[in-house]
Formats: sequence, structure tokens, C-alpha cells
Amino acid sequence: MHFGPHLLLAALEGLVTSAVLALTALGLSLVFGVMRVVNVAHGEFFMLGAVLAWAITTAIGGHPALGFLAALVIAPLIVGTIALIAEQLVLRRLNYNPEATIVATIGMLYIIQQLALTFYGPEARPVEPPFSYRILLPWFGYSGYKLSVIAASALLLIATWLVLTRTKIGLIMRATQYDSETAQAFGIPVDRVYGGVFALGAMLAAVAAVLIVPISQAHYLMGQDPLLLSFIVVIIGGLGSLRGTVVAAVLIGLSDGIISMFFSPTLAKIIATLLVAMVLVFRPQGLFGTVSR
Amino acid sequence: MADKNGFFDLSKTALTRRTALKGLAAGAGLAVAPGFVRYAQAQSSAPIKIGFQSHRTGIGAAYGRWYEKTTAAAIKAINAAGGINGRQVEVIIEDDGTDPGRGAEVVGKFATQHKTDIVFGTLFSHVVIGSAPAAGEAKIPYFVVSEGHHVASTKLNRYVFQPGITDVKSQIQAMAPWIAGNVGKKVTMIFPDFAFGYDHRDYLPPALKAQGADVIAQIAIPPTESSFTKYFPQIPAETEVLYHVMVGPAVLTFVKELGEFYGSNRPQLFGFMDSLEATDINSPGLEFLDGSHFWEGSPRYAQPDDSAAQKAYRAAVGIDDNGAAVGDPKDISTASHMFGCWETLYVVKKAMEDAGYKGPEDRAKLVEATEALTEFAEGPEHPQGPKTFNGKIHQCFGIQNISKVEGGKLKVVHKTKIEDGLYEAEGDYTTQAL
Repeated sequence: MHFGPHLLLAALEGLVTSAVLALTALGLSLVFGVMRVVNVAHGEFFMLGAVLAWAITTAIGGHPALGFLAALVIAPLIVGTIALIAEQLVLRRLNYNPEATIVATIGMLYIIQQLALTFYGPEARPVEPPFSYRILLPWFGYSGYKLSVIAASALLLIATWLVLTRTKIGLIMRATQYDSETAQAFGIPVDRVYGGVFALGAMLAAVAAVLIVPISQAHYLMGQDPLLLSFIVVIIGGLGSLRGTVVAAVLIGLSDGIISMFFSPTLAKIIATLLVAMVLVFRPQGLFGTVSR
Repeated sequence: MADKNGFFDLSKTALTRRTALKGLAAGAGLAVAPGFVRYAQAQSSAPIKIGFQSHRTGIGAAYGRWYEKTTAAAIKAINAAGGINGRQVEVIIEDDGTDPGRGAEVVGKFATQHKTDIVFGTLFSHVVIGSAPAAGEAKIPYFVVSEGHHVASTKLNRYVFQPGITDVKSQIQAMAPWIAGNVGKKVTMIFPDFAFGYDHRDYLPPALKAQGADVIAQIAIPPTESSFTKYFPQIPAETEVLYHVMVGPAVLTFVKELGEFYGSNRPQLFGFMDSLEATDINSPGLEFLDGSHFWEGSPRYAQPDDSAAQKAYRAAVGIDDNGAAVGDPKDISTASHMFGCWETLYVVKKAMEDAGYKGPEDRAKLVEATEALTEFAEGPEHPQGPKTFNGKIHQCFGIQNISKVEGGKLKVVHKTKIEDGLYEAEGDYTTQAL
């Protein structure tokens, strides 16, 4: 294959990775930014989203688009509820102590993962895409659904940004992030904000998973990779910075796509990790993060 | 960082004399707990204990579940027929997480804690390679059902056997003439980047070369990869046959993306069933495989010429004509491999009977008795087909099936002969000390 089409394919693949990564990492970044909680179980909420998408599409049947749309709405809601319960039962009782919550979310990771293994099983199960249109380029064919994932993710990111910057809920969240004690003094129910943010973070991961599951199947161990990549993205972009997260996700996704296609996937991972190290050394707050006070 | 909650303050939880006494009492209690009770009487009445190293979790979990089902069925049949040397057989299962490090621990646990007579049942090659030294150290016979060439390579040790399933080197050698003659001569390989994949990487090119065909590109894919389109541009345009061996949950993605990339204008495909074990070949996206060929150890779908033994075996394990669990058509078996559990257990039975095996003190005798075996006739104990056994390299040789995907089913179109898969021994385990 010639260089041009090769690069185009690499860029398309990279953009699909970026799109899903941006949503997942944004969830992680929000939770850390507002609550200062490093949520190690984030990848498992992603996995839950995919597993639920399989369950919902299987239960509904009929035209694949019908089940998929239902999954796109219902799966994140269920995952959000589970996250909310976990937040109330565990994190709140630890007073969001940074060290204790890391250990607690590691525990949640294993509990969710093993419950999925017990009730869902070890198989990888496919979800049919809502439509299967193959775009025929002169050099290769490409999945139309993959392109729609990029578009859907962009829309969701814009929606999240609008909520954060243009609504009262967003204002409250930003106030809590800026200074939770002062926010509380001004009558903001910080506990409820925390619960909501944790649920929202998990829902973003779940939506990303529902989008990706018609491409890669639902499997109980699928949460590990997104977790690692999300941490990489969040560190590079700057914790708690929406813009940084999106930019870093596009950067990591594209470089992963292009480097792994022209060189090797291992090299892509090495470079991403090296980038994290460089960022930590020279700009510990991340590319777009602000120095914490 | 301030230790507000006193996590690190030991003074609060100092060990009192009372706590220490409680701990001691609990320890003493454990020692007399049921698991530690030994059979006081002679071994004659105690069951033979088989430690089953199962991939219950991790990437091998789908295989592990069916290996357990097949093993349970075989043990039930063996016990119903009077057990081994008149003793009942008991299986103790430990999960290895499909992880080599954990695998070695499990072997150690079987040898020292459960005191099983043998260890059995491992599939994934990296777990076998990781666990074999522990078996050799504990001098406990380790019967694997793995398909990798590592046992036959004689690079492991005298306690490791693979008598129930053929190895990749033999499979490839047996099938190469058919591939070169019927599918195509310019072959591109896609294989997983670990031990099992390397067997394919190393043995396919010479086997094809001998048939006048060539491997023109080799693409290694990390076993945890979840997206494959990025590898496809590496497939040379002149490729006639795409030889694919993928393991793990992402295989559906692999096939689907291959379909999107090529459309109907694809090279011929030849794959190893390992890719699609426990996966319905009628899953969305897999239509792309229609008309392609697969290696099958034992056919998933019932074939018109199935022997009575094959039918009885399928009924005992509980799989229907489509290779799915009886009563759950969505629960697809790992038919290509799990027959190896059944056959291995009957080899163990035969060897234990030949050795007059009484207990762990006879393990060396069991090793020698297994090495002395040469042939397994096709029948209820060996439903996949006849096999020969080379005691020097601890490996069996048998027939291979090549199946074609037709109308959503796999139809066997060619069966190789045992001789097709024989090769020169690369070493001799029997020269190693016991």
C-alpha cells in the first residue's frame, strides 16, 4: 500500500481510538478534578457499559439499531446508578481520603470484575452495530460505523463541555472543584455534587464502551487497557482540564494509530509512556493543567 | 503527608498476650481441620487425586470451563467403570488465572498441600512453560493438554507429558501439503506474539517450503491487542493465503475488521480453530469466513461419518450436533481441544494400571509406565482417532481435520494420516534422571 492511503488508514484508526479515549479519560479527569479521587475502578465501569450493552441488545432483539439505541441510553444510566451506590457506600465513608480511596477503588475493580465473570461469563460476546455500511475507498474498505463513533464522541464531548460551562450544574461543579470548603460555606451540597460527579464519570466511560462494543466485543477483562490509557491521557492533559484531556486523547490516539501502523504497536506504547514521564518531569501539572494551590 | 487516620500508627494495635494466644489457638485449629486429615488406612481405599490446573479466570476462561466439563464427564465414566486400579478418582481444581506465575504456584500447591497424585489439564502454552519447572522440582507428573510444541521439543523436563493432543509442529507438517495444494502457495501469517504463535512462526515456513509454497510475510500481534485494522496494510498484495492463528477474546474483531478491509475481494483464508473456540461461527461479522478453511483437532459439528465412540463421547460431555452445550445453543464448546482432556485421563488410567500405581511414592514408576506406551487405538477412550505415542519426547501423534465453513457449519473436507505429522525427535527425556 502506498504512503498516502496508508497514512489515511492510520489516521482513521487513530481517531477512533482518540474518540473513545477522550470520553473515558474525561470521566476519570472529572472525578479527580472535582473529588480528588483517583478512581482505579474506572475501567470496570467501562467494561460494565459494554457488558450491559450486550445484555440490553440481546434482550430487545429486533433491528440491531433498536437495541443499540436502547443500550446507549439505558447502559450508562445503570452504570451511573451503580457508581452512585458505590460512592455512597464506600467513598463517602472514607471521607474521600486520597490514599484510602485508591485502595477502595482497587477493591471495587476486583469486585466488579469478578461479578462480571460470575454472572456474564468469560466469553467475548459481540454486539451487532446499528448499521453496517462499508465505505469503499479506492485502496481499502472502511467501516462506516467507526466513522460514526468519532462523530458521536465529538457530540458527547461538546455536550459535556456545554453542561460544564453553560449550566448551573456545571457552575456548581466548577465551584466545588475550585474550593470545596468555600463552596460548602456558600450552601453548595458538596456531598451530592461528589455523588453526581462520580456517577457522571462512570457514565462517560459507559457511553464510550457502548460506542466501541460493536467494534470490539464485550469481555470481562476489557477494562484494563482503557484504564491505563486514560491515566496516560489525564496525566499528559492535566488532571481536571477538559480541554487538556481532549487534546491529549487525540494526541495519544493518533500517535498510537500512526506509530503502530508504520513501526510497531509496542513502540507506540513505549512512546506514550515516555511522554508521560517527560510531562511529569517538565510539566507535572500536565499540558493544560493549572498548578494546584 | 499527615497520617490523620492513624493508618501507620502501630501503637493502637499493639499485640496483646490475649490476641497472641487467640492466633495460636486458631493455628492449631487449622492443623486439625478437615483438609489436613490424612487417610490413616492403606492407600487402597483412598481415591486417586488428580490436581486439575484450570484456566478458570483470565484469557483462557472459556477454555477452562469446557476443560472442566470434559474432565468431569471422563472422570464420571472412569469411576462408573470401577475407577483406576479399583480406586475411585477425585479431581481437585485450582484456578491458575491463565497466568504462568500463578500456574507454578498451583503446581506447588497440588504437590505439597493437596498431595495429589498428578497434575493435569493445562492449555495455554505460557502457563505450561511457566509451570513445568515446578512440576519437575516437585517430581510430580504433569499431564498437559496444550497443543504447543514445548513438550515435544524436550526443552521442559521428564515429568511433563502431552499424550492426549498433538502438537503444533506435527499439525502444521501434516496440513502443509493440503494448504499448498488446495488453497494457495503465497502465504502471509498472522499469529499471536507469544509461545504458541512462535510455534507457528517457526514451523510453518519450512513445512510449506517442502511443498513448494512460501511464507511471504509474518505479522506478530500482541495477545492483548483489541484492534487489528492497523496491521492489515502489512499484508502483501500478492498474498494468496492468509494463515491466521489468533487466541483470545478479540478474534471476532479481527475477522470483522478483515471483512471491512477486504470486502468480497479477499485472499483465501486458512485458520486454526483456536481462533474461534467457544465462539459461534454464525456471530455477526463472521459471514466473512464463509468458504474459508480451518484446522480442527476434533470436529465441532457432528459429521455424517462420526464413529460410535465419537457419538458416545459427545453425549457424555453434553454437546449437541452443533458443538454447543445440550440445552443452550449459545454456549459453544471448545471441541477442537477439550477431547484432549478425555483422552489424557484414559492415558493416565492406562499408565497407572501398567505401573501398579499405589500412591505418590510410585510417581517415578508412573513416569516410566507412561513413557513405555506406544499406541492408543481409536475407541471410547480415544474418540478423536487413533494415536501413536513417542515416550522419548512425551508427545502423541494423531490425525488432523481440515474443515470448510459452509452454510454456517464446519464440514470436514480432509483428514490427515498419523504418518503425515511425524517428525524426527529433537531430544530424549528418558535420559534425564527421575
